Amino acid sequence: MVKMTDLPIKGGFSFDLCTRNQMLLEKGLQMPPFRKTGTTIVGLVFQDGVVLGADTRATEGPIVADKNCEKIHFMASNIYCCGAGTAADTEAVTDMVSSQLQLHRYATGRESRVVTALTLLKSHLFSYQGHVSAALILGGVDVTGPHLHTVYPHGSTDTLPFATMGSGSLAAMSVFESKYREGLTREEGIELVAEAICAGIFNDLGSGSNVDVCVITKGQTEYLRNYQLPNPRTYISSKGYSFVKGQTEVLSTKITPIQPKVETVGGDAMEE
Amino acid sequence: MGPTVTEWCLIIGSACHHSHPLQIFEYNGSALVAMVGKNCFAIASDRRLGVQLQTIATDFQRVFKIHDRLYIGLSGLATDAQTMYQKLVFRHKMYQLREERDMKPQTFASLVSALLYEKRFGPFFCQPVIAGLGDNDEPFICTMDCLGAKELAKDFVVSGTASESLYGACESMYKPDMGPEELFETISQALLSSVDRDCLSGWGGYVLLVTPTEVQEKILKGRMD
Repeated sequence: MVKMTDLPIKGGFSFDLCTRNQMLLEKGLQMPPFRKTGTTIVGLVFQDGVVLGADTRATEGPIVADKNCEKIHFMASNIYCCGAGTAADTEAVTDMVSSQLQLHRYATGRESRVVTALTLLKSHLFSYQGHVSAALILGGVDVTGPHLHTVYPHGSTDTLPFATMGSGSLAAMSVFESKYREGLTREEGIELVAEAICAGIFNDLGSGSNVDVCVITKGQTEYLRNYQLPNPRTYISSKGYSFVKGQTEVLSTKITPIQPKVETVGGDAMEE
Repeated sequence: MGPTVTEWCLIIGSACHHSHPLQIFEYNGSALVAMVGKNCFAIASDRRLGVQLQTIATDFQRVFKIHDRLYIGLSGLATDAQTMYQKLVFRHKMYQLREERDMKPQTFASLVSALLYEKRFGPFFCQPVIAGLGDNDEPFICTMDCLGAKELAKDFVVSGTASESLYGACESMYKPDMGPEELFETISQALLSSVDRDCLSGWGGYVLLVTPTEVQEKILKGRMD
């Protein structure tokens, strides 16, 4: 019987390079640093809903890989999730649960609940025993009210009125612990979140650049991308570098015109 | 089954330098940069292939074509870069057969990210740089780490052993909305000045500049040391 090479493998992780990588480890390989989101992420519950905040620096070892990355991920229109840890893990796990929530909405015909997202995340992370290194702050408003949860890489969760995660969490928590109170208004909530993220940006080396804020209330979500830009580039010379045409020595050139793709419109339908 | 040819090379290579640990991304050496201009983009790479400190080839191809308006550069371990490229060309050809059109750059970036993340616990040691012209001739560039964490940038992306120098050079030399000629000069100068500060990459440069009407490939003259 002929075995067809079937194209998309049925989801999940593939371990076929592990034997080779193990051999390299025994030869003295040092695993390369993965892109991490050093990070300060925060969330708090105010009188009408939830406010989430994050910085925007992505690091690769000691180098800043991305000065303006997005750490507040979409889960559902009423649920957002901030992620810290290995960047690939936070992106993959939030995308996966977001798709699962969409399928669940089609199956049930109802708006997604925050506890659904929470259970999906924690069971996935627990089954990988902490090797999927994603630390998340999940917040949203559903029919049962506003909710804020933290999820740790090993799968444990906490339900809190205010939370911080990431390398800058201590700096941000100090701001929350001194200034948080129940029944904050929307403006007070946003100001407090921005102040906590700035504490992380200026005091923690793994966090930096700008402040992103997301405000979720019943029936409405506002994603304030780059709400504050406390670190502008002010040292650029306005003239910049200009290179004269022909300054670079070229050994050979090959120019290929791009053929525009011909679209056939109309034509006869096939018979039968 | 015994070790393959590649694995023998790695064993012999590392046996000669057992005083320091094997840094897998520094085994072959590479430098890649992509920059965005006005309705055009450029992607550039060095041309060296080495086995740690010995140079094997000075005409190694790191930037590959996916379709007329989409290119991918792969830095890191050369064998993994070639394997990734072959898998991606296969997936793109299957997509072309099913959809009867070329893949958009954003879709392709998601495909590369998914293929890399699938190998989360036994990764390919390569870091891709993707550059393409999307709808309305809007240039698109992105890079990923070896696990597939996408970084979409609006100005430039870098990868390879010379990446730290490239970050510095591009930060200073980049200007928004450059035309094709100015973009070519800027990316070439950034590449050449960065690889001059990196022992493992260099031996000339290869620049590919794509505008909506044509593709220009140029080989640069650089220091051969």
